Amino acid sequence: MAQQKKGRRAGDVLVLVGTNKGAFIIRSDRKRKSWKIGKPHFPGESVYAMAYDGRGGRHRLLAATRNFHFGSMIRTSDDFGKTWSAPSRQNVKFPEGSGLSLVQVWQITPGPESDPGLLWCGVEPHALFESRDRGDTWNAIPGLLNHPHRPKWTPGAGGLCLHTIIPDPSNRQRMAVAMSTGGFYRTDDGGKSWKARNVGVRAQFLPNKYPEFGQCVHKVVHHPSRPETLFLQNHWGLYRSDDWGDQWKDVANGVPSDFGFAMQMHPRDPDTVYIVPLESDEFRCVPEAKLRVYRTKDGGKSWKPLAKGLPQKGAYETVLRDALTADTHDPAGIYFGTRSGKLFASNDEGGSWSAISEALPSIACVKAAVIGG
Amino acid sequence: MITFVLPNALTPLARGLGTVRVEHARGTVREALATLGERNPGIVDRVLTEQGDVREHVNLFLGEENIRFLDGLATPVNDGDTIVVVPSVSGG
Repeated sequence: MAQQKKGRRAGDVLVLVGTNKGAFIIRSDRKRKSWKIGKPHFPGESVYAMAYDGRGGRHRLLAATRNFHFGSMIRTSDDFGKTWSAPSRQNVKFPEGSGLSLVQVWQITPGPESDPGLLWCGVEPHALFESRDRGDTWNAIPGLLNHPHRPKWTPGAGGLCLHTIIPDPSNRQRMAVAMSTGGFYRTDDGGKSWKARNVGVRAQFLPNKYPEFGQCVHKVVHHPSRPETLFLQNHWGLYRSDDWGDQWKDVANGVPSDFGFAMQMHPRDPDTVYIVPLESDEFRCVPEAKLRVYRTKDGGKSWKPLAKGLPQKGAYETVLRDALTADTHDPAGIYFGTRSGKLFASNDEGGSWSAISEALPSIACVKAAVIGG
Repeated sequence: MITFVLPNALTPLARGLGTVRVEHARGTVREALATLGERNPGIVDRVLTEQGDVREHVNLFLGEENIRFLDGLATPVNDGDTIVVVPSVSGG
């Protein structure tokens, strides 16, 4: 096993946790049995998006920080959080004349291996930004910024957020995004034009339950080996598409609720997906006060609860849309955080769980990374 | 000369100083901020959104009065005035 500087080894796992009071970098070795929790980064600032970018031989962490008073930006670290960039200028900025001002960044997504300088971020209000210098500077994608549907996109409870970015690994011209509310949109021409792809997705809260757009999509995932197959957690509704979102079909088979936020694809199996159902859009806590992750291993035909080690009594927990993730080890590690600050981990693909911490600030996002050689 | 008084959170953007003085005889708060931004663009980024509005949870006081209760960024300033940047006492 390659020994890296400062005690890091290839195969070590980083769990990046963004909270409403800062970010935490949590580390373990490949066994993932004991964890070291570092001190908070950006204390007092909320962090709704984090990412690890291991492309191009680097080890870069990215964190989207939001200062309650002074605005939002994306900061980077090339030494695992020992130091962070401190841009003097706001580095994610809407263009003059757009009439829009950044509220916060909701997602950071590294681009393909073949283009290691390229990243995207999704922001509030709804927009997609692109960086071509590893995340230092960002520019809005005009095709979505000037979309004719924009005046009719409305905020969900979290705001007007573009929270999900899904590039097609086999076709650089294709990419999809999801927004609350707005729905699922796809470009097939490199971002010049975007079409709503919500056929079959219910908008429970609208008079027209099946509009062209306006759905409150909470999360979409896919596996790079089968990119056309997508799974979607909706604001009421659990769906699958096998044609890049042209048509969606309901796959809420055996879940206690089809409402929820979080959704995570297994790192190797394109038929295995994890979710955390919530009781309703009013209560937004796990059903029956039992904290359960649900997993399908057959592409949505059936879902089974994963509860070993999780509290099954009096657990009034909520898991937000970006707070469920997986590492790439075999067996895969699965991680999730709750709004009450509990962080759980499984080192056996969800078969059993243990708490890494039960006293973090309210958790908004959880990302896992396996450190390369 | 206009003096800007900064909160602690913004002093790293002013070489650690709590006050920044700019040569600006008269005009408006917006113009004074534009002058400030010539050498200290990062401070202005924190005070104004990219569309030029005062951020929701930031207050600018001209003397002892919040400019929200005057003419906003169009409030006149004169040589010798002091503008204090005050973060809202809010949050959770």
